[in-house]
Amino acid sequence: MSGLERLTERLAAALPPDAVITDPVRLRTYECDGLTYHRATPGVVVLPETAEQVAAVVRLCGEHGVPFVARGSGTGLSGGALPRTDGVLIVTSRMRRIVEIDIPNRRAVVEPGVTNLAITEAVRERGYYYAPDPSSQQVCSIGGNVAENSGGAHCLKYGFTVNHVLAAEIVTPDGEIVELSAMDAGYDLLGAFIGSEGTLGIATKITVRLSRAPEAVTTLLAAFTGIEAGGQAVSAIIAAGVVPAAIEMMDALAIEAAEAAVHCGYPAGAGAVLVVELDGPRAEVERQFAAVERICRDSGAFEVRVAATAEERAAIWKGRKSAFAAVGRISPAYIVQDGVVPRTALPGVLAGIDRLQEEFGIRVANVFHAGDGNLHPLVLFDDTVPGEAERAETVSGRILDLCVEHGGSITGEHGVGVDKARYMPRMFTGDDLDTMQLVRCAFDPRGLANPGKVFPTPRLCGEAPGVRKGAHPLVEAGLAEQF
Amino acid sequence: MDPELIRDCVHCGFCLPTCPTYVLWGEEMDSPRGRIHLMGQHVEGTPLTDAMAGHFDACLGCMACVTACPSGVRYDRLIEQTRAVVEREHVRRPDERAIRALVFALFPYRRRLRAMRLPMRLGRRLRRFLEEVHPSLGAMAELAPDVPRPVRLPPLVRARRRRRARVGLLTGCVQGEFFPQVNAATARVLALEGCDVVIPPGQGCCGALSLHSGREAEARRFARRTIATFERAGVETVVVNAAGCGSSMKDYAEVLADDPAWAARARALRTRDLAEFLAELGPVAERRPLPVTVAYHDACHLAHAQGVRAQPRELLRAIPGLELREIEESAICCGSAGTYNIFQPEAARELGDRKAERVLAAGADLLVSANPGCTMQIAASVRRAGKGEIRVAHTAEVLDASLRGLDPGMLGRSRR
Repeated sequence: MSGLERLTERLAAALPPDAVITDPVRLRTYECDGLTYHRATPGVVVLPETAEQVAAVVRLCGEHGVPFVARGSGTGLSGGALPRTDGVLIVTSRMRRIVEIDIPNRRAVVEPGVTNLAITEAVRERGYYYAPDPSSQQVCSIGGNVAENSGGAHCLKYGFTVNHVLAAEIVTPDGEIVELSAMDAGYDLLGAFIGSEGTLGIATKITVRLSRAPEAVTTLLAAFTGIEAGGQAVSAIIAAGVVPAAIEMMDALAIEAAEAAVHCGYPAGAGAVLVVELDGPRAEVERQFAAVERICRDSGAFEVRVAATAEERAAIWKGRKSAFAAVGRISPAYIVQDGVVPRTALPGVLAGIDRLQEEFGIRVANVFHAGDGNLHPLVLFDDTVPGEAERAETVSGRILDLCVEHGGSITGEHGVGVDKARYMPRMFTGDDLDTMQLVRCAFDPRGLANPGKVFPTPRLCGEAPGVRKGAHPLVEAGLAEQF
Repeated sequence: MDPELIRDCVHCGFCLPTCPTYVLWGEEMDSPRGRIHLMGQHVEGTPLTDAMAGHFDACLGCMACVTACPSGVRYDRLIEQTRAVVEREHVRRPDERAIRALVFALFPYRRRLRAMRLPMRLGRRLRRFLEEVHPSLGAMAELAPDVPRPVRLPPLVRARRRRRARVGLLTGCVQGEFFPQVNAATARVLALEGCDVVIPPGQGCCGALSLHSGREAEARRFARRTIATFERAGVETVVVNAAGCGSSMKDYAEVLADDPAWAARARALRTRDLAEFLAELGPVAERRPLPVTVAYHDACHLAHAQGVRAQPRELLRAIPGLELREIEESAICCGSAGTYNIFQPEAARELGDRKAERVLAAGADLLVSANPGCTMQIAASVRRAGKGEIRVAHTAEVLDASLRGLDPGMLGRSRR
């Protein structure tokens, strides 16, 4: 009997009756998250309802030496919640209570399975909202947001998840329940935990900051004939000292997809659209709006539209926020890439992406958080055409090379997960990676929390950094397999 | 289960929070994304296990996921195809088979429903006993409404002003027998708005229950009969006031796709929901004030399956003195879902309780629902919550009361 089998027998005793899934057909529905390129059927799935149950599962995993992976809504785009066939998948979808709303102190305490948007919905009537807004905000869980340090269109002005989480109750990899707070003296352990992609533990309760809804919001849509003009407008807006709540850009192909999916009614013939949202005190928004409109027209916008009502604003955003999934309308399969470049490098990187499209015969749709240079190239392919998936994968990787070459990063907000672990050495030296491992090992000396993610080669904790252990080079190269 | 349709799903998960069973249980395999994954497994050769069939049966078919999906996945077609596969390949427990046989031998047939009047009245009192015999029987007893006296509609109701249109009216099975006053109100409203209303007396079931339960052959039979009936009546447009029936009639061309001649006849027949039709036609009859607060319930087969959300609200708002209130979580199913509350009574009750709580929180005088199944389900859920009889009316009845200047206090009162 394997460790996993012995463990499974004991899980039933630690959890409610229907919270342990072992049926192979059911297990397979958990084989991937939002990134379907990587799949692995979990050894067992558990659906705990309390922090104590999560802790009990993690302790049992420790006792049996079985790895565990946490998963929220399964919308991640880097395979961060890819299960382990030899491990336990801990799903937080039943932990979705809003525990406390504390308006005077502008915070809310929620369980990890609560969706990002549900927090805003719970406080909207009182004039507040939760600021980070990933495009999947109606479904993605706050626990997943913490694990990935998720961003969103409005993070340009307001910052990422890490700027809006005040405290977290976590289950450490050895099954202890501890509180981490931004108010703690000493090392910022909460800061280290946020964005650790499930490698330092599992958040079971999260205290988030609530932000006051702005007095005024103006959303405008500017249409350009080409992406270069749009990029120029972005640089000019920032250079003018305006910090919009969001500046989003979509190219012609992304517009086509969004149009097909949600009929967002973007101006016909646009080679690029820019969505600019300004928010804050009314007087400031009005002044900034005049500046942004002028800059857009000076940069060659052939149409500038302003949302007059909340419905019109929602229509403009709908096109942008559904862009990823909407690409499903124009391509059988696609890879959502996530990279960052300095704003000034945008034209060079876009030209490079164009060259890649031609070289490999693969179409790329571009959607970006243009204000902070966060690109989301969508690499389109047909998985029934032999070789096309591989070519798309190559293009996708080359795009990250372009980002790194231009002084950027391999991920802006989707995380490294399993998908980008192999690209880490393109950004970091061996010493850098070893130093990160020391942090990981301090939390998880046995390497049971989401192993195989973030780092390119599994390295056992406790070993001297720099001494390579783990997968054999032949295994890594895909020439041999280990059983 | 068309593999091409399955491949359209990009696994983004946008459907999850809109799915009633995912909202209840928080499990991947009881979400649309998970069910599509299960369909994919079956197509790839995994046999249809009891577990798989259970997850398909647990789907309400509310189509909220179709509304939410940015990739345009045709989950509606997929689940219909899947239900047919389940019917063919899955062997149900004997008690489930018996209950299904009873329901499908009863509901699509008006005369048989009429014969149920007395047993239904007794059934409510025997609910506890029936519940012990089988939970589905208990659910049926609990749902049974107070049935008013039958209303005989003439085969033709002439326009009451200059004629603007000539339409057929589908009277439906459950609507016709349990809520005959809704059909009468529908005919009056249409006539007052200048329509000749043709009501073919021999019309039968439209096939909605069969179609939504995977009984393909039966659904096609009902569909062909309904098409022929309205062709004989000489109308090109059929107005439907029950959401489930309207949505299945709009699917006739797809249901009959294997038979090009019939598919063409299906396409020639235009189906419109009452609210949709009236909005297109535009109002001419005078609306008299109706001082009443109304909470409008989105029937899934109207809002999600037919995309009809704005029209009924506009019609209601246009009535002077009427105050319209929204129900929180209006996109989540009430648990009725055709035969769902009979075959899956536990889940349906949980959803019904959730809906009843939100309906009551709206604090309106009157609930307006455009589907007989929802009306029965929500009324039963409110009764179960110990809140007595909620007043429920159809959009048609509210309009009828306004056009005729009736007392709104009479709306939604039981007329035994």
